[in-house]
Amino acid sequence: MSATTDHAAQADAVEHHHAHDEHVPSDGYFIKIAIILAIVTALETSTYWWPDSMDSFATPALLIMMAIKFFMIVSIFMHLKFDSKIFSLMFYMGLVLAIGVYLVFLFTFQFFRP
Amino acid sequence: MADIAVHEEDHAHTEHGGYDDHVVHATSTGLSNNKLAMWLFLGSECLLFGGLISTYMLYRGRHEGGPGPSQIFDIPLTSVSSFILLMSSLTMVLAVNSAKRKDDRNTNLWLVVTALLGALFVGGQVYEFTAFYQEGLGFTTSLFGSSFYTLTGFHGVHVTVGVIMLLALVGAITRNRVTGDKAEVVEMVGLYWHFVDVVWVIIFTLVYLIPS
Repeated sequence: MSATTDHAAQADAVEHHHAHDEHVPSDGYFIKIAIILAIVTALETSTYWWPDSMDSFATPALLIMMAIKFFMIVSIFMHLKFDSKIFSLMFYMGLVLAIGVYLVFLFTFQFFRP
Repeated sequence: MADIAVHEEDHAHTEHGGYDDHVVHATSTGLSNNKLAMWLFLGSECLLFGGLISTYMLYRGRHEGGPGPSQIFDIPLTSVSSFILLMSSLTMVLAVNSAKRKDDRNTNLWLVVTALLGALFVGGQVYEFTAFYQEGLGFTTSLFGSSFYTLTGFHGVHVTVGVIMLLALVGAITRNRVTGDKAEVVEMVGLYWHFVDVVWVIIFTLVYLIPS
């Protein structure tokens, strides 16, 4: 590779590096997200006082609220939404692998058998 | 991943009159290798906690000879702990934002608040473990006890390590001993801290709230 091409590649790389640093949401935005997360946590906790007859509804509701909180923290607080897709790939590869492996593990031990 | 040999060096005067050596290593991807490594590490941590959580799920009903989950869990107390850890994620993100603005004073302030909230969470966990032990749930009492203490204990150790990292970072920033990009160092610690919070989001739901 020639010296000129090298220099251009380095300049592009540095520019790309800085481009990812530009997406910095304001403090107010993060405070709003934290308020939403606090409300979802309060809703989750409220299921503890729901009558036993609502157990079949409480479990899916809790799983949905857990997923909402998980993805809000990972994508916003951890900046995955604003960062390069390679970071998302690194993390979600591990997550998907873990979910897959341990679902097989739980099925093997007949965890989901009624 | 091979680094491109030439570094962009940016020497800037600090308010203390010294030099702030901000060295940006241009990489072949244009991304920070440190950040890439941290995300890879967090991806691998999913496997660790996945194993611990699924083992707990498998054994949570095996509490012959000792108290079970519904008899000992104190949901209001754990909810307060969860709320504290959640708010520590907010203070951490405010520390990262302050670091990006090169505002050392507020960075340190938010890092200390995050560490205090983390310490409060660990204190709550120690209190909870003591109460459970007094109610007859030891580490070897039942499979439920072993898997519960292993899972929540591992998480507690992660939070403790996070608190130590936060306090060490405050010390390093105060003494101007952070080498390289300060904002990125704060962000790295922040990523670890948010991950610890996100793991607790899962534990709180699957272990404490979903009826067994």
